Amino acid sequence: MTDRPLTLREAVLLGAGGLAAFIGLWSLLSTTGIVPRQFLPTPLDVASRFFQLFTTPFAGATLPMHVASSFQRYAYGVVLAAVIGIPLGLLMGWFRLLDDIVTPIFDGLRFIAPIAWVPFAALWFGTGAGGPVMIIFAGAFPPCLINAYRGARFVEPRLIEAGRMLGTPNLRMILEVLLPAAAPSIIAGLRVSAGLGWQSLVGAELIVAAAGVGFMMVQAQGSVQTTTVMAGMIAIGIIGMLIDVLLRRAEAWLRRRRGLEA
Amino acid sequence: MGSISFRNVDKTFGAGAIKALEGINLEIADKEFVAIVGPSGCGKTTCLRMVAGFEAASSGDVLVNGKAVTAPGPDRAVVFQQFALFPWKTVRENIDLGLRNKNLPAAAREEAIAGALRLMSLESHADAFPHQLSGGMQQRVAIARAYVLDPVVLLMDEPFGALDAQTRVVMQEELVRLARRNPRTVLFITHAVEEAVYLADRVAIMTRRPGRIKEVLDIRTVRQSENWDSHPKIEDVMDLESFVHLRTHIWKSLREEKGFRDV
Repeated sequence: MTDRPLTLREAVLLGAGGLAAFIGLWSLLSTTGIVPRQFLPTPLDVASRFFQLFTTPFAGATLPMHVASSFQRYAYGVVLAAVIGIPLGLLMGWFRLLDDIVTPIFDGLRFIAPIAWVPFAALWFGTGAGGPVMIIFAGAFPPCLINAYRGARFVEPRLIEAGRMLGTPNLRMILEVLLPAAAPSIIAGLRVSAGLGWQSLVGAELIVAAAGVGFMMVQAQGSVQTTTVMAGMIAIGIIGMLIDVLLRRAEAWLRRRRGLEA
Repeated sequence: MGSISFRNVDKTFGAGAIKALEGINLEIADKEFVAIVGPSGCGKTTCLRMVAGFEAASSGDVLVNGKAVTAPGPDRAVVFQQFALFPWKTVRENIDLGLRNKNLPAAAREEAIAGALRLMSLESHADAFPHQLSGGMQQRVAIARAYVLDPVVLLMDEPFGALDAQTRVVMQEELVRLARRNPRTVLFITHAVEEAVYLADRVAIMTRRPGRIKEVLDIRTVRQSENWDSHPKIEDVMDLESFVHLRTHIWKSLREEKGFRDV
């Protein structure tokens, strides 16, 4: 095998082939009864349920409404994580003292899985918007902070020296030297944040929430509606993929602008 | 005014493990162009970095205009070997940053930028990003960025070391033109002997590590008496007997230093 990059056509063909094989295996297992249908619904059943949920409400709302409800919380949580994490990371990268104060606390906290915050999230912020937002925040915050921090910390020393030689004050240094230098790292962090945030959200909604895709899945689980659960999983997967594609575009755009890639 | 003084300067790195500089004494007068040459790792760049305020002397004094250097600042503009331009800023924005830091009004900045662009023949590249320019062009931007600050001293750390041979010659000629027309205090670090002789008023030769100043040669007297500046091309100057003589002298002096492998 050579490491020649794939053409778009080849990439699409291979991707489609993988998907077809996956659905084929799934169909084989579910339709032949190797796995009983109540445990594993057929792809066709899931697909029809998926589209049915666009118009028929379940657990108080249609699938797009549940998605919208989830997405709103998700956006709050991720934006909050970015708005706090990125500036804090940059400041820690510039001011040594802040780094020394924050890093030990942060290093301890970041190994706690977002889901572990659920009891406190519910207690402090309730099961409405606040609780889930806090859990998404717990998932999305560490990569925002870490990547902004690393990006700022490992800026080419010559550029820092050039900035200092030009008499650049601290705030301008952070905004015009550290931030743009750290931008590729920050966007990579946002991609991780977006993924972890989305995963945490659904986890959170399984426990605290009164609407949303996760909530819908828990309700469906209660009445053993495996097709509805799987329809929710598909919605989660599709949205997650879309978010990642958008952020990858942003990353590629940034790299092109910097002349890092043709 | 822009004098630079090194007085009994020592520099040790890593808790006394490596002695980089030992007893450096050098006085650079206002508007004088001094080049330091020396073997690789002799600490010549460290000398420049101490004037810039990037490093502190372990003992002794580094003074600019009689005042001890404590931190970097726009009165001591640096031109780096690797240009160190901000890749996300256009040529104009790179030049503008130092002016904005001085809180100059927009009109004055505009005028200063236009002047700097003209000086370095960069007018048509004002809105380009550094990566769209050749190495020589990028270094022109870095020189423009330094000149526009109207610094007391200009510190150049092997500024042409990363350029190809032809571009290097063009830049050297350009710098001579600039330095003669608009003289200012320049500390120029290089390991290229010809470059030092061609550009500088005086050349300081350093020993290998721990770096000491071995000898300081007066070039200006020879340049003036032999009328080097009447030759616009570097190769004509380099052919002159007086040039060859100085070059050979420095060359031999450096050869005595083991570890001189450059050029």
